[in-house]
Amino acid sequence: MPAGDGAQMLELTDRADEAASAIVARVAERVRAAELAGVTDVVPGIVTVTVQFDASDAAQAAERRRAVTEALQAALADAGSGDQAPTRPPVEIPVCYEPAYGPDLAEVAAVTGLSVEQVVRRHVGSAHRVLIMGFAPGFGYVGGLDPALGVPRRATPRARVEAGSVAIANGQTAIYPFASPGGWNLIGRTPLRMFDAAREPPSLLQAGDRIVFVPITGRVFEQMAAEQAAR
Amino acid sequence: MTIRVARAGLLATVQDLGRHGLQHLAVVPGGAMDTVAHRLANALVGNAGDAATLEFALAGPTLVFEVDALVALHGGCFEAQVDGAPMPWARPVLVREGARLRIGRAEQGAFGYLAVVGGIAVPKVLGSRSTYLPGGFGGLGGAAITAGSALPLAADVVARSRARFDRLETVGRSRPVPGAAAATVRWSAPQPTLPVGDPIVVRVIDGVHAALFDPASRAALVGERWRVAPESNRMGYRLVGPRLALARPREIASQAVGFGTVQVPAGGQPIVLMADRQTTGGYPRIAEVIGADLGRIAQAAPGSATVRFERVSLEAADAAREALSGRVGDIIERLRWEYGDDVD
Repeated sequence: MPAGDGAQMLELTDRADEAASAIVARVAERVRAAELAGVTDVVPGIVTVTVQFDASDAAQAAERRRAVTEALQAALADAGSGDQAPTRPPVEIPVCYEPAYGPDLAEVAAVTGLSVEQVVRRHVGSAHRVLIMGFAPGFGYVGGLDPALGVPRRATPRARVEAGSVAIANGQTAIYPFASPGGWNLIGRTPLRMFDAAREPPSLLQAGDRIVFVPITGRVFEQMAAEQAAR
Repeated sequence: MTIRVARAGLLATVQDLGRHGLQHLAVVPGGAMDTVAHRLANALVGNAGDAATLEFALAGPTLVFEVDALVALHGGCFEAQVDGAPMPWARPVLVREGARLRIGRAEQGAFGYLAVVGGIAVPKVLGSRSTYLPGGFGGLGGAAITAGSALPLAADVVARSRARFDRLETVGRSRPVPGAAAATVRWSAPQPTLPVGDPIVVRVIDGVHAALFDPASRAALVGERWRVAPESNRMGYRLVGPRLALARPREIASQAVGFGTVQVPAGGQPIVLMADRQTTGGYPRIAEVIGADLGRIAQAAPGSATVRFERVSLEAADAAREALSGRVGDIIERLRWEYGDDVD
């Protein structure tokens, strides 16, 4: 279906799980490999793949929309087979889960009926995996959150969320790479730089990565943050 | 070979047409808010459309030229003076070494562009010279310009500026600006994205979740006026108006969004995603601004402009894009003719 006059989106499944992520990754890869004329980006979502394209006139737009739709459907029909992407070692991310860094911890505890300590323990104990990269450079949507931590997004997004903030919503975790507006519930913060355009590769995370969150104290957070800043 | 910043203005950043092809890594395209104005500013000095320009918002900077340079201002209309004399808009202007260009407040629109022969010569980061402010990379060290910043220019900017301006003079239609700090021509280029009227009419097609909204909200989107909130920025324009709501609550799995996506967070006030938007989002999408009207909504000044949305078909969106790209193409062709073969 059209997602704007320069994009086509296909919903591949209605279940957001690990199988969906694998299908999304394969469809996106196949459409990208097809190198269709005018295509600028192939963007995986949790259960969707969107293809953005340029066109200068109406006939070209209609033709590109048709070609992109066909490619998406052909890739989906073919997505059951193929190799699983090789898995990298888990990425360890130190997180300070103190109220100063996780301003929504108390609210999450209240909504879920857990104590703050239980919220942290269950977050650390979850089997986290990066479903897709999205939102902003270095930002991964991380699945696998303990179902006991199910909370929705906040009704109104915050105008500013600090860089490194670790946040949960809708069964997922996210780490904000930069200070930005954001609508998720903030439960902690990492001193790591999730994205650095001058680093190779620039992003600490990529789709498919497993993540292990390691609790640290506020003092360790400040030491690590100072070390990062000095680099 | 630089232009020195004497006063930064509200927000001025180096921009080009953005970094494309990296959204699967969550790298935002960014780039000029009004790509039509950016491309025409470049064409006015004989540059290719993707050369980097200086984009400024609402209140422009004051710049001191350390070399002679052929420049053009385009986009929204701002008050501007060069050494106290009126600085022409939408024309190629040869600004002399030592001249002071003061760009004031926007009189019409929100974003202006300064193009210089050869472009602003900052290094490319991940394939583009665009400044990405939230990530602190691209452009001039990843940041907006500040007083004292130096905008680097191409090494041969002086020679090429003079050669190109000579060519315009040969055609015999150039004239000096009083004060001799600059010289320009008798013609100017049209400004196709300049917003006219109040409210500014912006065309949209249905978003992928349009059918999930209640009928009253679907009607209000196109029936009511929306004020562009002052806290709007290069990432998104926050609109103030009636509260929009889904027919029944529904969570949306995060998916790719684009320039012009109109998303509605649970608070009910829509946000139009702009150049520095996120690559994906999970709020329901009631509409998408058509490609032809992206420049126009970018020029709807935050804090003062109101917009009215007009719902059109996909076919009408395609026709509008064809009409705009034809018009812009014609203007660029005409400008290339003025420069003969000496264009990038």
